[in-house]
Amino acid sequence: MTAPSVTQPVRKDVRQVGTVTIRFAGDSGDGMQLTGDRFTSVTAKVGNDLATLPDFPAEIRAPAGSLPGVSGFQLHFADHDILTPGDAPEVLVAMNPAALRTNVGDLTPGGLLVVNEDAFTRGNLKKAGYAANPLDDGSLSGYQVVRVPVTTLTLGALEDTELSSKEKHRAKNMFALGLMCWMYSRPTEPTVDWLRVKFRTRPQIAEANVAALAAGFAFGETTELFAHAYEVKPAKLQPGRYRQITGNLALAYGLIAAAHRSGLPLFLGSYPITPASDILHELSKHKNFGVRTFQAEDEIAGIGAALGAAFAGNLAVTTTSGPGVALKGETIGLAVSVELPLVIVNIQRGGPSTGLPTKTEQSDLLQAMFGRNGEAPVPIVAPAHPGDCFNAAVEAARIALTYRTPVMLLSDGYLANGAEPWRLPDLDGLPDLAGAVAFAREPDPDGTYRPFARDADTLARPWAIPGTPGLEHRIGGLEKADGTGAISYDPDNHHRMVELRAAKVAGIARTIPPLAVDDPGDGARLLVLGWGSTYGPIAAAVRRARARGLPVARAHLRHLNPFPANTGEVLRRYDRILVPEMNRGQLRLLLRGEYLVDARGYNHVRGLPFSSAELEQAITDELADLEAAPA
Amino acid sequence: MTLLDQPAQLPLTKKDFTSDQEVRWCPGCGDYAILSTVQGVMPDLGVARENIVFVSGIGCSSRFPYYMDTYGFHSIHGRAPAIATGISATRPDLKVIVVTGDGDGLSIGGNHLIHALRRNVDLTIILFNNQIYGLTKGQYSPTSELGKITKSTPFGSLDHPFNPVSLALGAEATFVARSLDTEREHLAATVEAATRHRGASFVEVYQNCNIFNDGAFAALKDDPEGNQIRLAHGRPVVFAGGARGVVQDPTGGLRIVEVAEVGEDALLVHDAHRDDPTLAFALSRLAHTPMGPTPVGLFRQVDRPVYGDLVQAQLADATAARGRGDLEVLLAGQDTWVVD
Ligand code: SF4
Repeated sequence: MTAPSVTQPVRKDVRQVGTVTIRFAGDSGDGMQLTGDRFTSVTAKVGNDLATLPDFPAEIRAPAGSLPGVSGFQLHFADHDILTPGDAPEVLVAMNPAALRTNVGDLTPGGLLVVNEDAFTRGNLKKAGYAANPLDDGSLSGYQVVRVPVTTLTLGALEDTELSSKEKHRAKNMFALGLMCWMYSRPTEPTVDWLRVKFRTRPQIAEANVAALAAGFAFGETTELFAHAYEVKPAKLQPGRYRQITGNLALAYGLIAAAHRSGLPLFLGSYPITPASDILHELSKHKNFGVRTFQAEDEIAGIGAALGAAFAGNLAVTTTSGPGVALKGETIGLAVSVELPLVIVNIQRGGPSTGLPTKTEQSDLLQAMFGRNGEAPVPIVAPAHPGDCFNAAVEAARIALTYRTPVMLLSDGYLANGAEPWRLPDLDGLPDLAGAVAFAREPDPDGTYRPFARDADTLARPWAIPGTPGLEHRIGGLEKADGTGAISYDPDNHHRMVELRAAKVAGIARTIPPLAVDDPGDGARLLVLGWGSTYGPIAAAVRRARARGLPVARAHLRHLNPFPANTGEVLRRYDRILVPEMNRGQLRLLLRGEYLVDARGYNHVRGLPFSSAELEQAITDELADLEAAPA
Repeated sequence: MTLLDQPAQLPLTKKDFTSDQEVRWCPGCGDYAILSTVQGVMPDLGVARENIVFVSGIGCSSRFPYYMDTYGFHSIHGRAPAIATGISATRPDLKVIVVTGDGDGLSIGGNHLIHALRRNVDLTIILFNNQIYGLTKGQYSPTSELGKITKSTPFGSLDHPFNPVSLALGAEATFVARSLDTEREHLAATVEAATRHRGASFVEVYQNCNIFNDGAFAALKDDPEGNQIRLAHGRPVVFAGGARGVVQDPTGGLRIVEVAEVGEDALLVHDAHRDDPTLAFALSRLAHTPMGPTPVGLFRQVDRPVYGDLVQAQLADATAARGRGDLEVLLAGQDTWVVD
């Protein structure tokens, strides 16, 4: 078979749609993440709003064709602003039987199912646990099934190239991408350019991928299998310059921006761990920004080196996930005790223990809050969506530098890998952190230096870095005398120091914005309160509930410690508080403890973000319960 | 600014390095002598006080930074090399000295110690080896001799001890030496050489804990002539007033011999600057524990690129090649679009 012509015949009928959720699923060796990533990139280019949800196995290469080896990438794009990667795909591209089996249950009834029929061999069917071929046994009759011989067509398109059969097979994902680009009227040029840059040292591979991409596109146009293509018009987003960004990338950029705004060199001490390693990878590229990255021998050394760098006058950061935070706990306590600025980034994943390394969860909030010996308060900030990781990083650095304290930044696996359009920030609008740094330079008039004297406003202690003459001093984890910092075992002094450290962290509330409530004023009695990555699903669910005429208010916490000063007042305004969390109710526990409110939870830990439909249902149920309850 | 072009507000004296903190070791502890010796060496380095940082972990020895009037960081158990690495890797202008013990450095912090040495971070690590846990009141340590009766091993310890010098050589440290708390001159010269070394320098100091392990090094202290094998670069390895020495077997192993029996020409000539650490290692194996003739002095000193220098060079190279980073360009990346 020869490659279909790339010259484009008369366009088929093109239909307008407002929103699409598509999922690419295949073997982890099939390049589904790349396919999804490229589709996301062109989708951003045509101006749609979008949100993505990559979902990949913990194993690097589980056995080919097996169920655990399935890797997926979901993309929701629309002609209006959207908040989530979509509850359920309307389109599923399944590259093999295992991908079909693990994903078809999520496909909306009547949805479009595109399968690579060549992969439905007896061996692959068996590996996926199918007794009979589902393409033939009628079990998929509830979907529009389109069988495409992707492998045959890809190999056909590459007939004349001199690549190995294995290399030719590898281009299948570009065929699938080309086909989907045709179906949703996306240009292929950006991907062609991208391929030629990526494989510039291997032009043959680049051209094979380009040919497969073109073949997929042309196949859509010429085949009788699809009645029409679709178009999703650009979304009306806030004016500005945009790019596509994932949470981990935004977080890395936020740290560089914070270093830039503070005038300090950035130091990252880290140890590889999923799903945080991409921040280490990203920061290690930017040495011309004065960024030093240190891949330590373990998690403890990662934060230890960061704390040393903080003592030496850097904007110091350590990045990890929950198991790493467990190891770093003692050093975080030391940072609390010596009162040095340090940003600890936890990209949360499913736990306990190794848990679900590649899946998302919000179950480290109480670890962040309490996971140390002694009274060791640590401020906590959490980003709400992928692009927001940038702002959260800048805010974490602001607090750390201003208050000379370790700060926990709680992102999660969904935010880390999820992508969305990101409006480039106005750099001048970022907080000026230079004032927060202000190293101590001179001894007191009496010639002494009091390393634990305190700023009257922030209660922060001075930061005198080695190399400053006359300010030589010693710090450590033993209790320090208030003011002088000399070792002190005095009972009253210890009590005072514990109170001072707590008051310092509590005082941060004075510099954070009040909790904003999204309440259209239609008499809502229910407040849905979230934190972190549940922002999108909660906001989408509230939208849906309101569209049905249900009165519901919504608020989202960026700061988990301390809470915004008006939090208690906001909570008391509503008859019912619903707190959806991807844990067993950790924020709820804190709210109940702090404000004595009967907050209710909606909780599960399935390793995936909430769907907006289930949260809408939770809101509906809560409202019904509220109606039934005596006022 | 490097150490060499610092303004000279010198000379400083030992007193300039003595802090106002009351020293709280047990009377008679070997730590006093080490402290006094280090305070005495500091002025000779020609480094301003503000450019010196002492970092320690937890243990008796780790109180050391409080007594030095320099910058200091008394951290947590075992982590001093990690914290010091963060200081040294970001501030090549500083002289960073880690004070640790056999429990702190070789047990809970063993991992950090070997990695700091292999990376050749510009640190001086002084390990006070008293072969016991002092601060926790007398449990056996990773350098205690086999069969040691302690509070936690009433029937004798069962684990084979580390030889710290062997360990440091195995980690490919670029400067490895051993001295004793009571040998003031030798200790001063050793510490001074270590602090002048560029890269990771490791000094094991046999230190007497008179409370929990008194006399651990009696063999070397009571009979220095007979049991201290003083190593000197370029000189035959001899002791006992030249009566005894060390020869290398054809198989490569080292052996203590009577010089009269083999003749002076047969003696091993110490080469501390050999790139290959195997001979230094073999010397360290002459005495696994210091019960008999034991080498002291400089085992090895070689040049290897210093971690902090390499870090600086990568930054400089990246900046030279790409220019100073432009945040706006970075954030925009390759693909942007405009919404009006
Ligand atoms: S316990 Fe031993 S090592 Fe510790 S201070 Fe006392 S004598 Fe020195």
